[in-house]
Amino acid sequence: MSFELLEKFRDPDLCRKMLDKMQGDLTNDLRFMEVCGTHTVAIFQSGLRSLLPEKIVHLSGPGCPVCVTHESEVNAFLDLAGHDRVIMATFGDLMRVPGDNGRNLKKAMADGARVKVVYSPFDTLKLAKENPDDLIVFIGVGFETTAPTIAGTMKMARAQGIENLRVLCFHKTVPTALEALLSDEAINIDGFILPGHVSAIIGVEPYNFIAEKFGKSAVVTGFEPLDILQSLTQMIDWRNKGEAHVVNNYTRIVGENGNPKALEVMYEVFEPTDALWRGIGLIPGSGLEIRPEWELFDAKKEFGITIEEGPALKGCKCGDILKGIKQPVECPLFGKACTPANPVGPCMVSTEGSCAAYYKYKLD
Amino acid sequence: MSDKVLLDYGSGGRASQRLISELFLKYLGNDELNRLNDAAELAMSGRLAMSTDSFVVDPIFFPGGNIGSLAVHGTVNDVAMMGAIPRHITCAYIIEEGLPMDDLEQIVAAMGKAAEEAGVTVVSGDTKVVPKGAVDKIFINTTGIGDIIVDPAPSGDAAKPGDAVLISGTVGDHGLTILGTREGLDFEARVESDSASLNHLLIKLVEGLPEVHVLRDPTRGGLATTLNEITSSSNVCCELIESDLPIKAEVKGGCSILGLDPLYLANEGKFLCILPQEHADKALEIMRADPLGAGACQIGTMTDANPGKVVLVTPLGGKRLLGMLEGEQLPRIC
Ligand code: SF4
Ligand code: SF4
Repeated sequence: MSFELLEKFRDPDLCRKMLDKMQGDLTNDLRFMEVCGTHTVAIFQSGLRSLLPEKIVHLSGPGCPVCVTHESEVNAFLDLAGHDRVIMATFGDLMRVPGDNGRNLKKAMADGARVKVVYSPFDTLKLAKENPDDLIVFIGVGFETTAPTIAGTMKMARAQGIENLRVLCFHKTVPTALEALLSDEAINIDGFILPGHVSAIIGVEPYNFIAEKFGKSAVVTGFEPLDILQSLTQMIDWRNKGEAHVVNNYTRIVGENGNPKALEVMYEVFEPTDALWRGIGLIPGSGLEIRPEWELFDAKKEFGITIEEGPALKGCKCGDILKGIKQPVECPLFGKACTPANPVGPCMVSTEGSCAAYYKYKLD
Repeated sequence: MSDKVLLDYGSGGRASQRLISELFLKYLGNDELNRLNDAAELAMSGRLAMSTDSFVVDPIFFPGGNIGSLAVHGTVNDVAMMGAIPRHITCAYIIEEGLPMDDLEQIVAAMGKAAEEAGVTVVSGDTKVVPKGAVDKIFINTTGIGDIIVDPAPSGDAAKPGDAVLISGTVGDHGLTILGTREGLDFEARVESDSASLNHLLIKLVEGLPEVHVLRDPTRGGLATTLNEITSSSNVCCELIESDLPIKAEVKGGCSILGLDPLYLANEGKFLCILPQEHADKALEIMRADPLGAGACQIGTMTDANPGKVVLVTPLGGKRLLGMLEGEQLPRIC
């Protein structure tokens, strides 16, 4: 997308008009959840957060893959990082995610673990070739956005006869998590801003249940201020009329059916499984695991790793925050025991995490 | 000499002497250095500015320079930011055994050229060769000294509410170049490091203006971190106007691919100038007259609203915090 075109989605005058309209249309408080961390950050970065009417309550949802990576999954990759034969490969986001006793990958590296930050899963192929005597273990964290590329990497590894690559598969899928959230009585959300990147892969149809089954609205939304404002105004309008819809406003990137090719690759390699979400717990069918035909690449099998629900981190309110029950500033540890320098929970680590976004951008 | 740097070259014996006379003196030599005494004899007095910095950049060669030129630019600029004329530098090389001699020669040559352009002499030096793996190719430390010609010298704690915040040109170029080269990324448009010595421009600036409160080069941590340091030591608030921030389109593009924020990327040829608003136009005029300051502009103002904080005013008119960088910027998942 060219910058000129993007600028149109940032037009200050149009934004101002929409903000005014919104102010007039709002009758009572409305609670919106932006499922995806990138939206949380976009709302802060553009300054929208300081301009939106007070009646609009924004909640950050479970849409940052770092935040929802379960503590048992974190401990699993930290344990593996100490292993002699292993070179861990990961995206940068996971480097500072704390496991038990304040362990993290950065500290593991200082203790001698071999960890390599990669920019693309495909970089692991080169790593594998350069280190034939070692095992490259890629930490597969991420949603439908990331999983197809990792599946593609595994396919390419097989085609090239690479046998020393493993994937520690913790992938999760977004719609299943939203369904679990909506089924929770404690949660009170009027509408969803649906993630742009995930939707580019899965399309719009998988979200229809939000309106059909739960009577709430949801809009696939881009990351520019006007994208966000347009989706909010629509949802306010529907709400005033007593309607609920699921629509795609991000048509410049997201096709109705998503990216069938990517989905095909993803499901060729992975199959649905139950998954543990940090702070939320077990959500049936919300994870992806490596199919038996691709077992050679499965790090969990190779090292006999199992993921189990343990006691939650003391004090951390990540669960309530991911579910939109609490705002980051309501966590007693926020900005005190828990800061980006010394994160207690992953919501404070990930650049897309809601606690980190509040800490980083919130003025007062 | 061998085509690779051998441990022998750091032994202090004949091999070291050959390396020094055939390579280092060839490019860095001058009357003082050529004497090869244990220390340099300098005639300096008055208020002096002195600064030291170690350069461990990876990759050691990048579009727009190499570690040798960078080691001069960085230290010359640090001295010059005190309102001083940099005069002399020293350099210490720590070289990994096996470094190609050609690479070393290119680096020393670039250092010599950069020193000449900046008008500083290299008056003392040291070379060590360490076993393979003990350092990453080559590390260079430089120390610089110069005469302060401004009274009071510009200082990070001297910003006042009402001051204008000026930058000498686009930000993020160096940092993105380094990261892009390190990762072997091919950006559509070529980005290049802005590495340069700013002392000549800075001298013109401080000589032409009665009052400059702060001069700073936003190197590691970038513009955002440097401004945070200034606002916290001066106890003022900096309001930055986002739409006034000069960032090249190709840098914006590269950053968005990598998930980086250009405001936190290092610069090696830019400086911040903070001074009373009434002198801002004059300062910009002086800066723009020099090629190194051609893109100079005002990006914000110091206020007393949120002391110690940097606030970004977005194009929509919203406000948000622009905090310090925590750790290094890392690529994100998606
Ligand atoms: S960009 Fe992807 S990973 Fe990041 S928050 Fe959005 S959906 Fe999640
Ligand atoms: S502030 Fe820290 S401890 Fe509290 S919810 Fe956020 S990440 Fe968890």
